[in-house]
Amino acid sequence: MKDEAHRQVRRFPTSDLARVAVFAALIAVLGLPGSINVFGNAVPITLQTFGVMLAGAILGTWRGALAVAVLLVLVAAGLPLLAGGRGGLGVFALPSAGFLIGWLPGAAVTGWLVERGGRTPGLVRLVAACLVGGVGVIYLFGIPVQAAITGLSLGKTILLSAAFLPGDIAKAVITALVARGTQRAYPDAVPAVHRERVRAAGGR
Amino acid sequence: MNGLTGAYVPGSSALHRLPPGAKLLGLAVACTGLLLLPTPAALAGAAAVVALLYALSRVGWAAAWAQVRPVRWFAVALFAVQLAFSGPEGAVTATLRVVLAVALAGLVTLTTRTSDLMACLERRLAVARVVGLDPFRVSLLLSLTLRSVPVVAGLAVRVREAQRARGVERSVRAFAVPLVVGALRHADALGEALSARGLDDAD
Repeated sequence: MKDEAHRQVRRFPTSDLARVAVFAALIAVLGLPGSINVFGNAVPITLQTFGVMLAGAILGTWRGALAVAVLLVLVAAGLPLLAGGRGGLGVFALPSAGFLIGWLPGAAVTGWLVERGGRTPGLVRLVAACLVGGVGVIYLFGIPVQAAITGLSLGKTILLSAAFLPGDIAKAVITALVARGTQRAYPDAVPAVHRERVRAAGGR
Repeated sequence: MNGLTGAYVPGSSALHRLPPGAKLLGLAVACTGLLLLPTPAALAGAAAVVALLYALSRVGWAAAWAQVRPVRWFAVALFAVQLAFSGPEGAVTATLRVVLAVALAGLVTLTTRTSDLMACLERRLAVARVVGLDPFRVSLLLSLTLRSVPVVAGLAVRVREAQRARGVERSVRAFAVPLVVGALRHADALGEALSARGLDDAD
């Protein structure tokens, strides 16, 4: 039993803890309106999905999902960490709740696909990972919940969501470019490379 | 940013004195209940109850409005879409539901200190031990995240200024890549600092 607990701790060293915390914070910061006007003064689009996809692509499957989970727990506790200063349990009753929940598997699937790319995930893989994880999976969770809460039919909800699709695809492609740029500038931003380094350092 | 300290309004009403855990549970139950109320009339009743709770809490109009204000345009858009797709009754029901859920969540935020809420959460996290998670680590993770928000926000501002100075204001990559690399550097330095304090060897 004691040994079991010890292994658990080994598998989640403080270096990962810090990464998860900082990425959860990054997702929150991307939601701060005004402080980041990436597209000049265009429509307020939530940039937080950038953070969700980045968390997956850079931290990997479990840590990426954990970063999202940490953010959602803090949001549920009432902190206004979602775009536009939203927070509290109420957000999980909004029609967009499914999209929020979808962030969890979204980050995980993005991370899983990137991890399959080994030490040097290519741009095509990154784009595919962001599209599948950051758009496909999130929609898969978001649309049925939206349909259930608003009482609209699934078909109509899909039609409504289609309006966001071009923007979301663009976001996924931009995220992939950013992830690629980050991983070039900081090789440790590749999940596989980071894991090897942690293993080498912690292999006592 | 200012919201991070919480929107807590000091007071001594019954709602303020209720333990945070009870308030969270009540909120969860109430939000589920809202989803089950079928008609505008039932929801109007719920609205009266919410208004009464706000009156009881004596947080004031300004604080109450500040909680609901962020969703006002969203509510208008939702109403318009619902009106087009499911008629006036559906529109009123769906919009009231959302606004009331937000108002209730806001009421918990207004009457509970963030620190109390976190402490309550930490106690609940003791359950995490059952599935092999260390509650200390979980609470460290949560507080590290809160501490990192201003740090990363400061980083974003600095990168933005640098971007302006370089004249590449419109480039998303010129903003995001340095921000993410900076965040990672910060995270890894933080990890090393924690490790150096012996946190990896704890228990």
